[in-house]
Amino acid sequence: MFAVEIKTEQASPTQIDTLPERTLGKPLLDKKVSMHCREVDVFYGDKQAIFDVSLDIGKNEVLAMIGPSGCGKSTFLRCLNRMNDTINSCKITGSIRLDGEDIYDPKVDIELLRARVGMVFQKPNPFPKSVYENVAYGPRIHGLTRDKIELDEIVKNSLMRAGLWKEVKDRLDDVGTGLSGGQQQRLCIARAIAINPEVILMDEPCSALDPIATAIVEELIDELRQRYTIVIVTHSMQQAARVSQRTAYFHLGKLVEVDKTDRLFTNPSHGLTEAYITGRFG
Amino acid sequence: MAAYWLGCRYSMQQVAGDRRQLHSMPRYYGYYVALWTALPAVFLLLLWRFLDQGLIVSMVAAELPDIIRNLPVAELHLYLNDVLNLAKGNITSADVDATMQAAADHFKHLQALSDMSLLASLIGMVVAGAALALRQINPEFRSRPRVETLVRWMLAISASIAILTTLGIVLSVLFEAIRFFQMVPVADFLFGLHWSPQVAMREDQVGASGAFGFVPLLAGTMLVALIAMTVAVPIGLMSAIYLAEFAGAHLRTWAKPLLEILAGIPTVVYGFFAALVVAPLLRDGGSMIGLDVSSESALAAGLVMGIMIIPFVSSLSDDVINAVPQAMRDGSYALGATRAETILRVIVPAALPGIVGGILLAVSRAIGETMIVVMAAGLTANLTANPLESVTTITVQIVTLLVGDQEFDSTKTLAAFALGLALFIVTLLLNVLALHVVKRYREEYE
Amino acid sequence: MSDRIKATVKRRQVREAIEQSLIRRRKRNRRFRMLGLGAVILGMLFLGIMFSSIISKGYSAFALTDIQLEIYFDPEVIDPQGGRNPDVLASAAYGKLVKAALRKEYPEVKKRKEKRKLYRLVSTGAIQQLRDLVLSDPAIIGSRKKLWLIADDDVDQYYKHGENQSRLKGQQLAWVAQLRAKDALKTSFNTNFFTAGDSREPELAGIRGAVVGSFFVIMITLGLSLPLGVAAAIYLEEFSPRNHWTDFVEININNLAAVPSIVFGLLGLAVYINFFELPRSAPLVGGLVLTLMTLPTIIIASRAALKSVPPSIREAALGMGASKMQMVFHHVLPLAMPGMLTGTIIGLAQALGETAPLLMIGMVAFIVDIPGSILDPATVLPVQIYLWADSPERAFTERTSAAILVLLAFLVLMNLVAIWLRRKFEKRW
Repeated sequence: MFAVEIKTEQASPTQIDTLPERTLGKPLLDKKVSMHCREVDVFYGDKQAIFDVSLDIGKNEVLAMIGPSGCGKSTFLRCLNRMNDTINSCKITGSIRLDGEDIYDPKVDIELLRARVGMVFQKPNPFPKSVYENVAYGPRIHGLTRDKIELDEIVKNSLMRAGLWKEVKDRLDDVGTGLSGGQQQRLCIARAIAINPEVILMDEPCSALDPIATAIVEELIDELRQRYTIVIVTHSMQQAARVSQRTAYFHLGKLVEVDKTDRLFTNPSHGLTEAYITGRFG
Repeated sequence: MAAYWLGCRYSMQQVAGDRRQLHSMPRYYGYYVALWTALPAVFLLLLWRFLDQGLIVSMVAAELPDIIRNLPVAELHLYLNDVLNLAKGNITSADVDATMQAAADHFKHLQALSDMSLLASLIGMVVAGAALALRQINPEFRSRPRVETLVRWMLAISASIAILTTLGIVLSVLFEAIRFFQMVPVADFLFGLHWSPQVAMREDQVGASGAFGFVPLLAGTMLVALIAMTVAVPIGLMSAIYLAEFAGAHLRTWAKPLLEILAGIPTVVYGFFAALVVAPLLRDGGSMIGLDVSSESALAAGLVMGIMIIPFVSSLSDDVINAVPQAMRDGSYALGATRAETILRVIVPAALPGIVGGILLAVSRAIGETMIVVMAAGLTANLTANPLESVTTITVQIVTLLVGDQEFDSTKTLAAFALGLALFIVTLLLNVLALHVVKRYREEYE
Repeated sequence: MSDRIKATVKRRQVREAIEQSLIRRRKRNRRFRMLGLGAVILGMLFLGIMFSSIISKGYSAFALTDIQLEIYFDPEVIDPQGGRNPDVLASAAYGKLVKAALRKEYPEVKKRKEKRKLYRLVSTGAIQQLRDLVLSDPAIIGSRKKLWLIADDDVDQYYKHGENQSRLKGQQLAWVAQLRAKDALKTSFNTNFFTAGDSREPELAGIRGAVVGSFFVIMITLGLSLPLGVAAAIYLEEFSPRNHWTDFVEININNLAAVPSIVFGLLGLAVYINFFELPRSAPLVGGLVLTLMTLPTIIIASRAALKSVPPSIREAALGMGASKMQMVFHHVLPLAMPGMLTGTIIGLAQALGETAPLLMIGMVAFIVDIPGSILDPATVLPVQIYLWADSPERAFTERTSAAILVLLAFLVLMNLVAIWLRRKFEKRW
């Protein structure tokens, strides 16, 4: 119903300044949902960074979050596995549920949550250990394996799924930080999938990589969709268009619009979205 | 000052008050003249002061009667000292006789002459310097670059003082140590198991060679340092980890400076604390459970030294822990690791080279620490690994050998320099190694 | 499809494994955290114990016990000729007056040995007190006066801390108890401690000589190390070409900062005293040695301060056509000065507390006189502490702690100034 109103308006600078009262497009899904977010507000001290965001993330979909820098997309992503807890002044209200459980419930084990919702960061951050130890870190701390053979199996599987096995199988004992940037990022992905999470959050995973490495990682994301739900924050609209099924557009801490990727890029509902994807700002 | 003013005035006169015609600002001409006036004179003054005493003394010595001149060097030196004291109106150690009085008078006369001529040449120098500089001044004269070059040289000389200091340490200590090794073979020093320099006091004594075995001192030093490190490393490291990773900002802001107070307390205070509080406490505690604790036990000195080193270890560890990028922590937390797991499995291994470097620096500090052991550890060299016994350290022996009036040439005094050399080499190696490790570590994360 | 099912089954296993292990891991985490907190608390505890033990030992040294005696200024003893010649008055045997007063107070004491014990209740400082009194007012001669005289350190300890803290025995205890009953004992502020030089008698010993010595030494250190350190830092940071020589200088400075202080003492002994034949025990030599010691600290701090001046300011100055020298002295140096001063104060605070190198150059001699110049033999506060700590008398222990408190007060003051400087000029670029 909002869509109708907006369509009649021509996107103009004054309208770009106005933010919608409610999210446009389709924030709520009818199909299988992995994470429900409702009315999420995030504050850093006195400053509010996220305003009333409601969003659903479907199972086995790739959801891309785009928007100009400082729009809160990374902040929102970090709420999904409570990485913001490491920042003292950060306060979050509203509800985020993973498979029906509120992840901000005091009874929730934050370690378990993070094991279920993995994360890949902007800059590849392998530990200064061997490639093997990097991947084995998760299974080790969580005590997932009974013996070395099982662990070897997990490491091999994870590296294979991350498409890195062929490149590193002979140098598992080399330091992870010695790999190339793209390999490092895939190592981080392998590290995340070694504990078989349900959701993988990716915070601009390709921004530090060259185009070839980026292409490889994007291909990998598409494959991983078979097993995992993926939320990816990206500054590149082309990347969002290439890898995601749905895209959410954030602006100044508000979720402006979320829709099927092809629809959002071809027929946006809001003037802001259109202005952004046509390159008038951002 | 006058020269500065003169230079300014003269330069302005040259251009009839139009400063725009000058190459540099008038005051640079002033500086230039002032420097030319003062520097040569100062050099002359220093040189003169450095040389004249020796020169005059040797002239006085030459005038002395043969009988005194033919005395052994040491006695002649003593005699001349008396002459000097007499001339300056101090108390002399020997009886004053006519010859000495005459020599003293001669000295005074020469001294006055020297002062007069110094004054005369200083004035000459000042005038000549000023005149020379003033003559050079004309509007095209580029005084600023010249002054700046000179200032630059002065800065460079200041920077080289650090090198000179090191050189001074190495040369002075090495020189005296070599003299020591002429009396005591190097092998005896390095591998000897006994240290009792007191025997060497009287050289006419039978078997008065003394024992200068370095091993018990090294063992004692290491024992005390080891105890200190067992106190300092766990406490320092754990508190650094706690403050960096667990504590809230509030606790950190007041706990860190409070811990650092420990580093600012003079070592003599620690020594007092060790000798008058900790040592009696240990002795009483020991006798209560039936242990015989020496009142100058290595344990007391080591414990207190450990307390002293805690902030050293903790601030160095804090630096390296904070240098571990936040991305490492995020990576670990994002996999569901607890804080302890993140610290033990990611942060500490990543920071390990830096921590090791810091600990090495702390060890070098413990080895070189003097006052605590002088006041709380013993004097007798025991080759023991029992922390309850009294041991002595390198630094303690240097102090005991050198405090008080000794002849500078005795084996005992020279032995202190040999010990100093050993101490310097050991700590230098540790420092170079530690600084290298820490630097490499820093570069890795930069 | 089967692949999907396999993955979810495994996920349930993962979840169970993690949930099981979490209790144990949480416990371990808590234990580790407690361990860390324990270490911090232990560190604080050490600090607390040290301060409280020193304060509890030292505060009583700021009070001194006086004994009230009726002194008869006997003209026969002071000035038999009656000429009131100041020289005669100055050299009179005032000790006799004190002894006479004590004999009068305790007429029952007859034996020689006992008398000697009795005389020991009053400090030899009382003689000086009486002499000063007579010299300032010769008319006092012939009169009788009740006066408060400095008590011996044993009486002092007894009065302040009780019987078992004192070396007084038997009769002496009885005598002192008698005095106490008559209210002839009191404590007053120990001005002596701040105005007198060292002494063999604890009740007369003061720190003035050491404080003056420390002042001279620190002034020399400041006067030499600040200009040299700042000049060296400016050269290394702003002018030096990047080559092996400057690398070498840099490594050298870093290493010098970690060389044991006692080695600097050896250098001072060998170079200043033995080679240049400067006087032993002189503040000049002490200052020179400590200068070499503090230089690395100051250079490192000054370089950090220079580094923190942003390049934009340098570029702005150079862009205006200033020479490099002008840029440094007009723009960079004023901005870096607070940081340099802070570093200097911290270096000087270290130097003020330094003991070991000064022992090497003979500043440990027992010196009663207060030094008047930088060439007079002197001692410094930390060395005075070291010397007193070696003395067996309890009264000296007390004074050692008090001297430590004074030293710490100076250090705290210097550090506060440094902190204040840093706060006041702290700039965020």
